[in-house]
Amino acid sequence: MPGQAQGVSAVRHGAGRGRCPWPVLILLLLLALAPRAMAAGHPFADLGATNSDVVARGVRELAVSGNARAPAVIAALKAGKLFAWRWPVANAPLFIRTDAGFVDARTGAAVATAPMPVNLRAVIMSDSVRGAIETAAGVLDLHAASAAVREKAAEALFQAADPGSLKLIETALAAEKNGSVARVLREARAAALLKSANAPIPARLAAIDLLAARGDLPARNVLASLQGEPPVVATAAKAAITGINRQLQMWDLVEDLYYGISLGAVLLLAATGLAITFGVMGVINMAHGEMVMIGAYTTFVVQQAITAFAPALTQFGLLFAVPAAFVVAGVLGIVIERTMIRFLYGRPLETLLATWGLSLVLQQAVRSIFGPTNQDVSSPDWMSGFVKLGGLTLTVNRLWIILFAGLVLAALMAALRWGGLGRSIRAVTQNRRMAAAMGIRTPWIDALTFGLGSGIAGMAGVALSQIDNVSPNLGQNYIIDSFIVVVVGGVGNLWGTLFGALILGVVDKFVEPLTGAVLGKIVVLVFLILFIQRRPRGLFPLKGRAVEA
Amino acid sequence: MRGSAITLAAVLGGAALLAVLNLATGPASSVHVSSFVIGLTGKYLCYAILALAVDLVWGYAGILTLGHAAFFALGGYAMGMYLMREIGARGVYANARIPDFMVFLGWKELPWYWHGFSHFPVALIAAMVVPAILAGVFGWLAFRSRVSGVYLSIITQALTYALMLAFFRNEMGFGGNNGMTDFKDILGLPIGRDSTTVGLMLVTALVLAGAYVASRALVGSRYGKVLVAVRDAESRTRFLGYRPEHYKLVVWVFSAVLAGIAGALYVPQVGIINPSEFAPANSIEAVIWVAVGGRGTLSGAILGAVLVNLGKTWLTGALPEIWLFALGGLFIFVTLFLPRGLIGLLPRRRRAGPIAEESPAAASAAREATG
Repeated sequence: MPGQAQGVSAVRHGAGRGRCPWPVLILLLLLALAPRAMAAGHPFADLGATNSDVVARGVRELAVSGNARAPAVIAALKAGKLFAWRWPVANAPLFIRTDAGFVDARTGAAVATAPMPVNLRAVIMSDSVRGAIETAAGVLDLHAASAAVREKAAEALFQAADPGSLKLIETALAAEKNGSVARVLREARAAALLKSANAPIPARLAAIDLLAARGDLPARNVLASLQGEPPVVATAAKAAITGINRQLQMWDLVEDLYYGISLGAVLLLAATGLAITFGVMGVINMAHGEMVMIGAYTTFVVQQAITAFAPALTQFGLLFAVPAAFVVAGVLGIVIERTMIRFLYGRPLETLLATWGLSLVLQQAVRSIFGPTNQDVSSPDWMSGFVKLGGLTLTVNRLWIILFAGLVLAALMAALRWGGLGRSIRAVTQNRRMAAAMGIRTPWIDALTFGLGSGIAGMAGVALSQIDNVSPNLGQNYIIDSFIVVVVGGVGNLWGTLFGALILGVVDKFVEPLTGAVLGKIVVLVFLILFIQRRPRGLFPLKGRAVEA
Repeated sequence: MRGSAITLAAVLGGAALLAVLNLATGPASSVHVSSFVIGLTGKYLCYAILALAVDLVWGYAGILTLGHAAFFALGGYAMGMYLMREIGARGVYANARIPDFMVFLGWKELPWYWHGFSHFPVALIAAMVVPAILAGVFGWLAFRSRVSGVYLSIITQALTYALMLAFFRNEMGFGGNNGMTDFKDILGLPIGRDSTTVGLMLVTALVLAGAYVASRALVGSRYGKVLVAVRDAESRTRFLGYRPEHYKLVVWVFSAVLAGIAGALYVPQVGIINPSEFAPANSIEAVIWVAVGGRGTLSGAILGAVLVNLGKTWLTGALPEIWLFALGGLFIFVTLFLPRGLIGLLPRRRRAGPIAEESPAAASAAREATG
């Protein structure tokens, strides 16, 4: 065998011109023994090897072996606490160093007499070993009791797409009962298969189909990383990538839409109160953003109080914060109306200036009381996390905010339509003198209407405290957008406010990726300026007598 | 005309007196005025020009602008560009062809819109023409479609907000976040030297006087009378055959030019221009100067700008916490209790264009309309 002879001479050459052939012979012997040891199910022996690739293989083997000691040993290796016997002997011992002393890695039994440090060396660590540990951590989870953990592990294997893990995926797949975990495992198998050099072409084509059906970004990455494939496979992979791209684009579109709607819901919350004070009453309240901010701070205070006095209710703090914020901001609104706004009716520009001043005072007051830094408002468990929907990942808190915005709007519309106060508000808006003649106390209705709008702003603050920084400047970020929403939607029309908010949110999210966040904002503002040219009274202008405001 | 004479005398005499006290007396003298005070005065006078500009549109045409900072900052940027070019090779990177911040961004060539700004007259013209064009386009669009009142205020605010965001971008080529600073000299005179500071302050005082005289002539003319008519009853004026949008557009553009000049004078005196000058809050502060002094009276605008900024300088130094309370309180107090401003406290005389006292009937009618 000329090849073998060549190999020997090369090794010999590499061994530093050693006259004595013994080291070479021993090395050859070890190399010959190593696979046998592995096949015999002794991954522990590999861990003690001096070649990092062998160690990495040992880690992988150990992970698949189902050995009860595997998690502890791999964890010890990761922490750098796994030690091998320094001298090449058969069945060399492996130790885990603990705080109390040394433990036999194979059995987990404590070692009675600690080995001399000179006899030990740390198990080799290299990038390939680290990679194997990462995979192994995932593999170990494949045997976990929880299906969610198993699915996550399978997903990690899929992303790693490591041909070396093919066998363990098969093992796990055979044992898997849960349908969705099995599906991910099959995908992981397909990815690993594609990456291994010697899989037959039909198996490869089937694997590509599976990945194409999965159709997400990691699947595309696996497909895109294929190299030197036979033409049939390469064409199939290319077609699959194109298909995935199309799918991804569609999901992106849906995702943008969702984010747009979610932003729209936030804007809607912030603008609904303004739709009352500005839209119905015609009062330009530049301190509206500060009402939102005060709602957010009320949430913070309520949360602090609950943590202090009723820790059991922590999860439901927000449920108390909503009415609290409504009352606090609402009462403040009534006070503001009685002491300031009512002297400025019919003078919108002066109202604008006075309320701007008020917003400065409120901001500074909050800054003086709570400090200029962000306050930490925590989210309850039922509002955190994700929901997966097809190719979408939706954050739960955004979903709640969309729901909350819808509820607030619906409740407000119902109150205005059927409630006693609502009826009075509409009467005063439509014909103040007639309403007064009918016995409605119009000044009080004014105050209550303003309070209602402010209270809704406060409730918006509760929602915003979940997704934005609670700081004295919170309101400023929303005031201009809120006005834009009300103006776009048409003054005095809650449906208009709804559409204005959604349109603005969606447009914002669609323009943003095209132009960048800042330029997107500018585009929206320019669009608004042009829009007011065309439709000075908004998308849904009021018709009839109420128009001549 | 006695009021105008008093105002002019106060502005020019005051500036000259401060200049003499700075230059002719030694630091040890008890009547010496430090260069710091001179610099502050120059700044206040720039603000006074801006206040005049705001008063022309708000006090005489009824357009509440919340975006005049945009014109002010544009004028400032035009001057800043000239001052940047004046630095030449004396910057940190010693690059004579392009300003430091462009070197920092890795740019090789001067953007086209920077050409010519090494000449002072070009910068001066740009400081007036650029705000004029922006105001012209914006005003033409807005007034033509009869956007007025609060809507107009909000879109002027959106305008300056959008410009602020734009100027924050490095790609715009105006220094991004940091703006422009480290100026060395203006027209060959080193910035920061006492004589230059005094000179700039005196020039600002002269320009303010000139702006005051021009504004006085404008509002006193037949044109000014129509403008006041537009302010008080736009529909009625239109029915009488005037074109209110033309009248508004002229004063709007004139006012923007004034604001641009104010900005151009401001930058060499404070030594920096950055996008925060576009902040909507700045525009609204300018409005409150006018409100404090007396809306619809030109001398009131000057008085308000100087007084409020004196207060600001003092308060932000002495009690920084209080300043926003004071400013906010001032907004509320003046609109509620002092609608005619400080000038309104003076004994009443016949004036060219006082704000019409709102009659109870008119107020209730307006209230009826807005509901």
